[in-house]
Order: sequence, then structure tokens, then C-alpha cells
Amino acid sequence: MRTLTLADAVALIPDGASLMIGGFMGVGTPERVVDELVRQGKRDLTVIANDTALPGVGIGKLISAGLVGKVIASHIGLNPETQKKMIAGEIQVELVPQGTLIERIRAGGFGLGGILTATGVGTVVEEGKQKVAVAGKDYLVELALRADFALVNAFLADYLGNLSYALTARNFNPVIAMAADTVIAEADNIVPVGLISPDHVVTPAPLVDYLIAQG
Amino acid sequence: MDAQTVIAKRIALELRDGMLVNLGIGIPTQVANYVPAGIRVFFQSENGLIGTGAPPEEGMQHRLLTDAGGRPVTALPGASTFDSATSFGLIRGGHVDMTVLGGLQVDQSGHLANWMIPGKMVPGMGGAMDLASGARRVVIAMQHNAKGKSKLVKACNLPLTSARPIDLLVTEMAVIAFPGGRATLQETAPGVSVQQVLDATEAELEVPQHVLQMSL
Repeated sequence: MRTLTLADAVALIPDGASLMIGGFMGVGTPERVVDELVRQGKRDLTVIANDTALPGVGIGKLISAGLVGKVIASHIGLNPETQKKMIAGEIQVELVPQGTLIERIRAGGFGLGGILTATGVGTVVEEGKQKVAVAGKDYLVELALRADFALVNAFLADYLGNLSYALTARNFNPVIAMAADTVIAEADNIVPVGLISPDHVVTPAPLVDYLIAQG
Repeated sequence: MDAQTVIAKRIALELRDGMLVNLGIGIPTQVANYVPAGIRVFFQSENGLIGTGAPPEEGMQHRLLTDAGGRPVTALPGASTFDSATSFGLIRGGHVDMTVLGGLQVDQSGHLANWMIPGKMVPGMGGAMDLASGARRVVIAMQHNAKGKSKLVKACNLPLTSARPIDLLVTEMAVIAFPGGRATLQETAPGVSVQQVLDATEAELEVPQHVLQMSL
């Protein structure tokens, strides 16, 4: 694990990169990283996240700034700009049931090729997908998802990169931290090693490649 | 009593002590206001919380404690938080005893459409498909009509949320169950006759000999 400044960490992300971003309606989204992506003007990003928040909040800022070419998410309904850009053909949107999305990401991080789920059987979600029957019940084959980068927001990080989360800001964060080639963590608080009890570490330090320094 | 209150109060009578329950947005959220006295119900927010409480007083909000719509909530004593994979494991794995969701259409076989109107509203399904497929019991809170047209239809023409039929539909006029995949009138609201329900409904409704009155 290396500690980097915000600008240096975001400079690692090339145009065209795929990003998994933590957060649920902006809660648990690494807001400083988002702001820096906008400042550095990255182009043609693929964003994999639960939602696109609201205009001016979290991932909504990336959408408004026109940095995103593709979104894989479960919900875009509270961000009219995402819908407008989708209808105008400026952003490609793949809508995935929330439980399927997080489980595809989990599969990507846990070394699985995909998962079987009954969610979406008999709906438009099953179009183009393999369907299998197991013990008499139909399931869709949903493929694993990985990304170039995971952009994680934690409540606490220690100097080694151990992470813990707070309240409902945990959401996608610990799952995406398993599923990307490079993991960048932004923490609300950075504390000395040992202050997070081993039982309270949710994301173990070896998963984190870069921790963004405060300031 | 307005339509939404009738629906929320009647659905609250389905709650049992110790249940884990997920409430959707809209009318379903109001069910939490009418939990019967003397029972404890655990409400789940699918963004990662069991023990969701009422909104906090002004000035007491915490930016990291929100419901699935991103609104500030409180957490009750005994609450727990977890990641989204666990949250949807709870839902798909049959650990959520009951979900209450809104509806755009329910058909006479119990199929639900509640997530999109092609060409008009494409917000994404969020957690609705997982809840409708995975929760042990699926209860729909829906006004009987929209713009003078029955929302309880013969066959949904909007995209389905799940192929699995719902268990119970509560409107401001009636309670309808789906035994054997057939919409069956169970209760009518106070002051509403069976004939009025039939007149207001496009779907074919089974009417048993005894139709109860909704107790609220």
C-alpha cells in the first residue's frame, strides 16, 4: 500500500477506464475523488455503481461533467440528467437489479465466473441470458463483473490501509474493494495502526493499493 | 381517512412480532407508522440497515445514516448495518419475512409491474425485482385506480417485476389474495360494497361466499 496525494492518486486513472464507485445515493461515495476526476477532466469513463445519485452529488457530478460513456447501475431514477443523456444516446446505460449487480461484483472479486439467481426470470432482464434449471427451479446465469479501479470510501483507515465503514455508508464499498485491479481508498479519518481492532477491520489492508492522504 | 392511510393501516395488520420487513417507497413507507402495539418489527433498508427508525428531528440528521431513498433516518436500539451483498442475501435468501411494495399494475394471476413505463419512465429496477422474487411474502400497496382506470388488470401490459405472483394486494377499496393464481376478493373497505369493487376492477375477481370488512 502507498499513500498518495489526491491529485496523484486520480492521475493514475486513464481516460476510458472502468471504475467501480462506492455509495448509495451519494452516501459512502468518495467525494474528494469524484471532485478530482472532474477537475482533471477524465473522459469516456465506465462507471459501475448502485446509482448515479443526484445532479451535484457524488457520481451525479461525473454525469453532469460529461465524463461518463457507460453506466452499469440498478437505479438512475433520481438523476434526470442521466436519463436525459441516456435518451439522447450520450451515455449507454445497463440497468441491473440491485441484488444481481452487487452479487456479480462479489463474484468478480471472489474468483467466480458468475452466479445463478432467480431475480429477473420471466422479465426483460432475462433477454439474451442463459437460463438453467437447478432442482426444478429456473435461474439466470449472471456473469461476474470486474473493473480497472475501485474507488472506495471508508470511515476509518489506518496507516496500512485497513478499512472500516460507518452506518449505511458501507453499502458497495467493501465488495468493490475485492473486484478491481487497483483499489484507491479515501477515508474520512486516518488513524495509527492498531486503533482499528482486528475484529472491526472490514477491508483488510492487503486489498488496498493506494490510500489518499488527508489535506 | 384518505386512500393511502386506509392502505397503510390495513397492511400494518399483516405485521407479526419479530418479523424482518422491507418497505418500498411511497405508500409502503407509511406502514411503519401503524405497527400494532406490543410487537417489535425489524425494518430493513436495503442500503444496509436493519432497525430503521423514523426520520430524526430537525438538526439531528447524520449524513451516513439514510434509507434506501437517501433520506435521513434513525436507527432503533438493536439495529445493525451491513454491506449490500449481505442486504440482498437477506432478501433473496428468504430471510426477509415480508416486503411491501408499490404497484403500477397487478394482474389477475398476481403478476406485478412496478418498475418502468416504456418511453416514459425508465428509472431502473433498484431492488424491486430482488424483493418481488426473494421475500417470503410480497404485499402490494396500490391505489385501486389511476386516472379512472383499474390498476388491477386482466394481464399486465407494463414490463413485469417478477414472474413470481404476489401474495396480497391491498387497495383503498379491497384486500385481494391470489390462491391458486386467481385474484380472490377477501375484504372490502368500510362503506364499499362487493359490487362497487367489481365495477371498479378490470380483472376477473373470484368472490367467495363470505367477504369480510376490512378492520382498520
